[in-house]
Amino acid sequence: MTETHYQGKLHHLQKELMSEYYAALTASANGSGVPAAYLLIGGNPVELLRAFDILPVFPEVNALQLAVRKQSLPFIQSAEFMGYSSDNCAYVKADIGMYFGGRQTPFATIPEPSLLLCNYVGCNVYLDWFGHLAEFTGQSAFQLDIPFIRTASGKPSKEDIAYVLRQLHHLIGRCEEITGRKLDEEKLREAVRLSSLTGDLWAKIKHLTKRTPAPYDAYFDSVTMMAPLYCLRGTPQGLEFFETAYAELLAKAEAGVGPLEKERFRYVIEGPPPWPHLRAFRDMFSRWDAVAVASTYSTVGGLWEFGFTHDPDHPLESIARHLLEWNLTNRNFLQRYEQIERYLEEWNANALIIHSVKSCRLFSAGQGDMREYFTKRGVPTLLVESDLEDPRYFSEAQMRNRIDAFFESIAHRPTREGVTA
Amino acid sequence: MKYAAGIDVGSTQTKCIIIDENKRIVARALTDTGANITRAGERGYEAVLAAGGIAREDVLCVVGTGYGRFKVSFGDLQITEITCHAKGASLLFPDTATVIDMGGQDAKGISVQNGEVVDFVMNDKCAAGTGRFLSTAAETLGLSLDEIGAISLQARNPVRLSTVCTVFVESDIMSYVAQGKKTEDILGGIHSAIAARTIALVRRVGLKPNYTFTGGVSLNVGMVKMLEEKLGAPLNVSPDSHYMGAIGAAVFALEHALSAAAVS
Repeated sequence: MTETHYQGKLHHLQKELMSEYYAALTASANGSGVPAAYLLIGGNPVELLRAFDILPVFPEVNALQLAVRKQSLPFIQSAEFMGYSSDNCAYVKADIGMYFGGRQTPFATIPEPSLLLCNYVGCNVYLDWFGHLAEFTGQSAFQLDIPFIRTASGKPSKEDIAYVLRQLHHLIGRCEEITGRKLDEEKLREAVRLSSLTGDLWAKIKHLTKRTPAPYDAYFDSVTMMAPLYCLRGTPQGLEFFETAYAELLAKAEAGVGPLEKERFRYVIEGPPPWPHLRAFRDMFSRWDAVAVASTYSTVGGLWEFGFTHDPDHPLESIARHLLEWNLTNRNFLQRYEQIERYLEEWNANALIIHSVKSCRLFSAGQGDMREYFTKRGVPTLLVESDLEDPRYFSEAQMRNRIDAFFESIAHRPTREGVTA
Repeated sequence: MKYAAGIDVGSTQTKCIIIDENKRIVARALTDTGANITRAGERGYEAVLAAGGIAREDVLCVVGTGYGRFKVSFGDLQITEITCHAKGASLLFPDTATVIDMGGQDAKGISVQNGEVVDFVMNDKCAAGTGRFLSTAAETLGLSLDEIGAISLQARNPVRLSTVCTVFVESDIMSYVAQGKKTEDILGGIHSAIAARTIALVRRVGLKPNYTFTGGVSLNVGMVKMLEEKLGAPLNVSPDSHYMGAIGAAVFALEHALSAAAVS
């Protein structure tokens, strides 16, 4: 039994670079003159903003940072006081509460947006979120209408790509209005080139957990790498972070060192973490020597490990493909099953954990069927429920009881390879 | 003779069992858990030792289970009640394939194979369908928990409940009382609603006979009959069903002691 967890160079560099990023947000809020765009994680087209030197601001990242620092509840409650329902997405409530709290957080002053870029339409609540922000900030929302992947092949049609490209051209026009300058195509290509290198490194990092022991936890350590992946992608700093992370994790893999002293169980996990109780949740797995070798959550912003890479020769088309095809949130349920199947097989995992989010009915809907789908295929599957942002939905005793009972049950069960774990 | 003990510190009651080397139950104790969980485990253990006239030094191993398992500080191991219920049910009824457990705040379905848990489901953050629902209903009707099961069996025209919420059931019951409905018909409706909800929960791990009914509610004859009717199959129920978690914990304790002895 162990409760240790790994803190390496990458964790320290992440803190340093994210502090710089938040300092830039605060400077923008204090009148540095650098415009800020609010956008969503799902397939985020951050490269386009880089070409205009527009700062990307992710309300989801801000909300989860508040939750991790146990600062989300007062903001959630002030949004509920305004009239937001207790069942409403808690990311939205924390963000709206924070906006009306003077945009002050312990990590930054969040700037007012010059652009509200709603780049993910799969969630009707998110549409309303940006609609409300438009009302509150007086800024009109730019809606990127990204068609959901609805084909069995999991590929967008040519028409889908053309449709998104047309909208990206409109978005470029909007950015030109905001900044007063024309698109610098060379600058866009450079941002896409940096993203391409970053994405390739991230993909290599994801494949390292195929090794036994996995050199890092693909859930609890991946989340450390996700903030730079979104907030710093397309910059030299973002690339530097992933070069450092890859070198460090590769060295750990070569040395046969994992995040825990011992690796007894290898699991795949679906769903975002309970941010307000991240440490307690992690310890529930660590005490069983259980390591996540893959997580679907780490692919919400982009799915690089199955072959996607940005293309500097076709910058806008690769941004369109990223938005349409290469991120978890825009994929259909059969693709989500297939992704988990690949993780179970290729990453050699022996269990699936589904962490369902109480205040996100949209993404969590269907996870009961997902549990059944994998259980019927002989994969030990546990579905637990709490929330990603609202600390009130987490019952530590109940959560621990389910996780303990789950690992007790698979400790005595043959794995899919017929070997006792 | 040497012994092993299982201590199940549940949300409402603490159940303790001592078995001998032949896995025969030699002592039982049932105490209220109360607010001091650490004390509840200790008090229960003292009670079961006294009930069996057994000295502490003759108990080879103690396993704690239930929500308060980590507070059984004098125990050698802690195992969840889910795993222990499966183990206990398989000791008393070796053919058990599905355990239906209804306790003070939990309702569970456990799929079992050779005493090991294959899969399980539990109610989540809602006490509908648990013992607490029945005790609220009994209290609203001015009856004791022990008598409502037998009374429910006399129902001729069971009412249909509009809720299985433990909080709102009170007003539902009061409205039926105001309409002049018979107590047995109200109780019949309550038992039917809870049985249906529990079966819907257990269905998620598969409804596979042979069924063993455990937890405090298994002592309710009305619930046993209602579940049997809806499942179309008999339930294994033991007078010790209430102790099933503690029995399983005691079996684990004995197995642990024997394997430790074998190693040494």
